[in-house]
Amino acid sequence: MLDESYYRKTDEIISRYIRDARSLIPIMQDIQAEYRYLPPELLSYVAKQIGITEAKAYSVATFYENFSFEAKGKYVIKVCDGTACHVRHSTPVLKALWKELGLSPKQHTTEDMMFTVETVSCLGACGLAPAMMVNDQVYPAMTPEKAVALIEELRRKG
Amino acid sequence: MGTITINGKKVEFTNEKNVLSIIRKAGIEVPTLCYQPELSVFGACRLCTVEDDRGRCFASCSEEPRDGMVIYTHTERLRKHRKLIIELLLAAHCRDCTTCDKHGKCTLQKLAYQHGINTVRFANHREEMPVDFSSPAVVRDPGKCILCGNCIRVCNEIQGVGVLGFAHRGTEAMVSPAFERKMSETNCVACGQCRVVCPTGALTIHHNMSEVWHALLDPDTRVIAQVAPAVRVAVGEAFGLPKGENAMGKIVAGLHRMGFDEVFDTTYTADLTIMEESKEFLDRVGKGEKLPLLTSCCPAWVKFVENEYPEFKKNISTCRSPQQMFSAILKEYYRDPAHSGGKKTFVVSIMPCTAKKMEAARPDAYTYGEKDTDIVLTTHELIRMFDAHGVNLETMPSEACDMPFGIGSGGGVIFGATGGVTEAVLRRLADGHDAATLKAIAASGVRGDQGIKEITVPYNGMDVNICVASGLANARKVLESVKSGEKQYHFIEVMACPGGCVMGGGQPTDGTRVQRAKTRTRGLYAADGEMVIKKSNENPLMDVFYNSYFKDKVHDLLHNHQD
Repeated sequence: MLDESYYRKTDEIISRYIRDARSLIPIMQDIQAEYRYLPPELLSYVAKQIGITEAKAYSVATFYENFSFEAKGKYVIKVCDGTACHVRHSTPVLKALWKELGLSPKQHTTEDMMFTVETVSCLGACGLAPAMMVNDQVYPAMTPEKAVALIEELRRKG
Repeated sequence: MGTITINGKKVEFTNEKNVLSIIRKAGIEVPTLCYQPELSVFGACRLCTVEDDRGRCFASCSEEPRDGMVIYTHTERLRKHRKLIIELLLAAHCRDCTTCDKHGKCTLQKLAYQHGINTVRFANHREEMPVDFSSPAVVRDPGKCILCGNCIRVCNEIQGVGVLGFAHRGTEAMVSPAFERKMSETNCVACGQCRVVCPTGALTIHHNMSEVWHALLDPDTRVIAQVAPAVRVAVGEAFGLPKGENAMGKIVAGLHRMGFDEVFDTTYTADLTIMEESKEFLDRVGKGEKLPLLTSCCPAWVKFVENEYPEFKKNISTCRSPQQMFSAILKEYYRDPAHSGGKKTFVVSIMPCTAKKMEAARPDAYTYGEKDTDIVLTTHELIRMFDAHGVNLETMPSEACDMPFGIGSGGGVIFGATGGVTEAVLRRLADGHDAATLKAIAASGVRGDQGIKEITVPYNGMDVNICVASGLANARKVLESVKSGEKQYHFIEVMACPGGCVMGGGQPTDGTRVQRAKTRTRGLYAADGEMVIKKSNENPLMDVFYNSYFKDKVHDLLHNHQD
């Protein structure tokens, strides 16, 4: 059960939009921006508030890779594994991050909730391949060494 | 309006919404998996693709007809195209056909055969997914799902419940309740309409046949069957009897052959329902409280109200459904050693309905601490058991039901069609029982396949406003209009399945929906026509019930007690 404040915040987010099926995605985006993930309880709550079925809301939320039902770390690292990045060795970058952070294809977020590592199909920055993003910042021409150095830097920042 | 040329033959069309319906009107069968005329067009399976004279291929289900169109439905190119689609579907499909409940009735299986697919070229890489047995009504096997979306659309559009949806995407796409919950953890009302439209074995009836076989084998158990009205007009078809023919006598005989000790007709308690419900109705009208009275015969509807309109719970009639009344009476009657002869009593209820399975397991389905209905079998399971026991209804002579509960009225029989309960109530409340009175009631607007019917009848100087709805999406509309104050009804009859119990989730699904509804409804009214006793209150067993053995237990046996 989520704290009451989550629902109050969600009410506030819903009030920014028309109470209608078409507002589902922007509402989900705002909730995710607020909490860095989409709490399942809130998805059910939103569905009810805007008059769609829970199954429909779940359908939309699982269709888009961008929505996550699991809490994410403070730093969300998106390693691009699109064609251009892949051929320019994005996999070693990803593996270095997994090793450094103790993560795996099954576990995306560190236990201290600092880092989440995920792959994306294309960041639209193929010229900078292999590229990766940490939250909203793009890091070009990555190597495993640069990736590990970046983690250390972020750890120092806290 | 216009003409299109199909395979070189001119076919006229009027207001058909898509090319596919014109093709079918012309008597040409084009395969489909995701097309259901009563649902929105989805256009996912692409099997109905046809070719025009310029070589353009398009799905005929989602193409509007235009005057002068020239199309071909079975060219070599289309045959190849269809074959490949089916092969690809089979590639990600469980192939345990021999043990599948849909065996012989599966559209995918039929199409694979028709298109000469003898081997499946592609390996199945789909991850094995667990089968969900959690619902007492339906079993969901995602490994057999072809993502046609029929179940999702029927649940949303016809039933307005929306338990199912697509989840994930690409090769991981699946049909699932929200958060991949089990069916029993959703607001599913167990109507089984999803199973009716499922072209494969992904959604099937939750079977209870083995429990019944087991009981039949036990010499210390008295196994009793009650058979609902809608079963008799749907069961015969599987044995070569004409569609919609009343096969009640044959069912009784078949059940006796299988070893049932007694066979009764649920119309008997349908009559009791009418007695109790009309009494309750007049009582509420007199007091002016808890109106509109909502019927309680349909468990999917009752569950729907509990889930979505709890404020109307008090309006639901306290009467148990005919199934639950009958089982309670049977258990009570045979509780007496003078009647039981020392045997255990096992009540099997044979229903057109999957929701009855859920109803039988409700906490209020117990009387004096004992479960009333032991097992609910659907018509589909009854056919399978008849087959397994070598009972062929076609050649079976008819037998009458057993006593002391073997008589029902015509009013009880028509419970199986939408408007039937209302018509039986009107018969009960009418003074006369002559042909003219009955005809006038039948013509009052209670009959017919419209989803929402409104009737106003004068009674004791007041106008009684009645609404009859079938399909829960329609029921929702009705409740919303009552809630907003737009409508004032005294009595609302709802059957969850569109068309009523004859179209229940436990019924066979051969042929088209329209055809099934028409023949079965006609069959029920014909069965009513043959009955001497048309009014529930004139059933001679009513007097017996109220004035002898059960005299002091009427409320305990016939009503739900928590209020």
